[in-house]
Amino acid sequence: MTRQAAATRAAHKAKGDTAWYRSIKGRRALGILLTFALLIPLGILFVVPFFVMLSTALKTKPQIFQFPPSLIPDPIVWENFPEGWRGYDFIDFTGCTWNSVKITVNNIIGNLVSCTLAAYAFARLKARGKNIFFGILLATMLLPNEAVLIPQYVLFRILGWNDTHLPLMVPPWFGWPFFIFLLRQFFLTIPEELVDAAKIDGAGHARILMQIFIPLSKPALATLAIFAFVGNWNNFFGPLLYLRTPEIQTLPVCLVQYQGAYGNTDWNLMMAVATITVIPVLLIFIFGQRYFVEGIATSGVKR
Amino acid sequence: MLRRLIKPISPNARREERIFYLFILPWLIGLVVFNAGPILGILGLSFTDWRISFEGLSFVGLENYRTLFADETFWISVGNTLYITVGRVVLGTIFALFLAILLNQKVPGIPFFRAVYYLPSVTAGVAVALVWIWIFNPQVGILNHTLRLIGIKGPTWIHSTLWVKPSLIIMSIFTVGPNMIILLAGLQGIPKELYEAAEIDGAGTWDKFTNVTLPMLSPVLFFVIIISVAASFQNFTEIRVMTQGGPGESSNVLVWYLWENAFVYFQMGVASAVAWIIFLLLMALTGIQFRLGRRWVFYEV
Repeated sequence: MTRQAAATRAAHKAKGDTAWYRSIKGRRALGILLTFALLIPLGILFVVPFFVMLSTALKTKPQIFQFPPSLIPDPIVWENFPEGWRGYDFIDFTGCTWNSVKITVNNIIGNLVSCTLAAYAFARLKARGKNIFFGILLATMLLPNEAVLIPQYVLFRILGWNDTHLPLMVPPWFGWPFFIFLLRQFFLTIPEELVDAAKIDGAGHARILMQIFIPLSKPALATLAIFAFVGNWNNFFGPLLYLRTPEIQTLPVCLVQYQGAYGNTDWNLMMAVATITVIPVLLIFIFGQRYFVEGIATSGVKR
Repeated sequence: MLRRLIKPISPNARREERIFYLFILPWLIGLVVFNAGPILGILGLSFTDWRISFEGLSFVGLENYRTLFADETFWISVGNTLYITVGRVVLGTIFALFLAILLNQKVPGIPFFRAVYYLPSVTAGVAVALVWIWIFNPQVGILNHTLRLIGIKGPTWIHSTLWVKPSLIIMSIFTVGPNMIILLAGLQGIPKELYEAAEIDGAGTWDKFTNVTLPMLSPVLFFVIIISVAASFQNFTEIRVMTQGGPGESSNVLVWYLWENAFVYFQMGVASAVAWIIFLLLMALTGIQFRLGRRWVFYEV
């Protein structure tokens, strides 16, 4: 049989049969080629917004409105970055950045602590009423943020927290349903035997959590931290709603103030600042990518 | 049920229960103080003529709801919200699935492409919304420039009452990253044996996709669709930065309508009613999806 196949192949070769794509190897090569033919153009498409941002940031003002538009800036105006950052007298980007950093760091820590505790409880502890509370957790995952923000606004006004960072910095210490759910899914994949062994050694739940669950859940915790970073760094509705004083404003709110300042927008300067605000997110994503993908993947598969 | 609740349990189990409630306590407090409380509070306020201060607040019954239902703009914003939601969810899910299948191929360089496709999802925000205004610029924007190169005269995108909603949908397609990754994980979870069995039965690529991939992926798809509907109800940033509900009322969605009523017109009572309508509408949509889901979602036994 094999000899016969070899003979056929030899015969084909002798006849100069070039139907390489009919062989298994050839079909695979064709598949790879076709996949790349889709992967590469799509990849370019996804980079277009960044490209537009960066190229606009480096153009001179007349070149922005030049017709037909040019893709590559000429000359390249690096000065747009410091000039954009200096902004107008009523926008202080350095101050806004510190506010954003402070709020973001606080919120990441708050979310990690509160969500880890709740996720461990939902994943590993037995209690009456647990299913009811888990149902409520899932229901609140779907709650539109903006619908709750208006009543929250009332609450914070009553508390006298308006125009302070407190409405943005306190709630993260009280958990976030999506994060709790995501972490719980990850915690469920940790083998029961490890927990049993620790229990035999006399470890309590606090120690099991600290010494087994947290070290083993780095991908999930990293995912959560990145999500929290991106969400808080980009948060626009909250600061817009609660903050009035320019000195306590966060970066996204500062950035939109560029829009239509003095009746006409300096697009090149605004894009230069926009580029700067995106850089931290890019860096965190690039370095955390490996964990990130693994972490999200778990949330969708097991339920 | 009650009897089960009061059934005596061992001291060990009771201790575990106490720890359970201790651990979920922060979330529980948050739930009551920041979610459930305000939601109920606002239900009450939606029956009042509350404007900015609480003084002189009086009960007006269903007046706010009557005002809303008589307001043409309200219905336009409901329509716009549904239009954008359907567009975003249908196109977004198909595109996410397409990308996931592409990333599930065994070719070199996949982690790189995965990162590139995910990137626009993490940078979504004011900065990128501003870039999109520029991309959609009718004269010097890159989109119409590209169309011109292939001989098409592009529309005025976000400046056109007809094209503003499609524009927002197109833009949202760039942020399918999380759905793409969840679907990719779902694809990787489908047992290889199923495909081998299908091949032995003589199934082609398309047969394998419709008879193996889709049914096996349906629970994950269902999850993705539910999450996407909820997410697309919340697109405030793009509307605020790019269109402000315009031109006219053509991109006025419920969240924007709520914002205008609350913080531009200070009609807090009316805004509270809108908040409740958003809440109920989303619950209804989710309920309908669970209903429909029973027909197409396939759970293994």
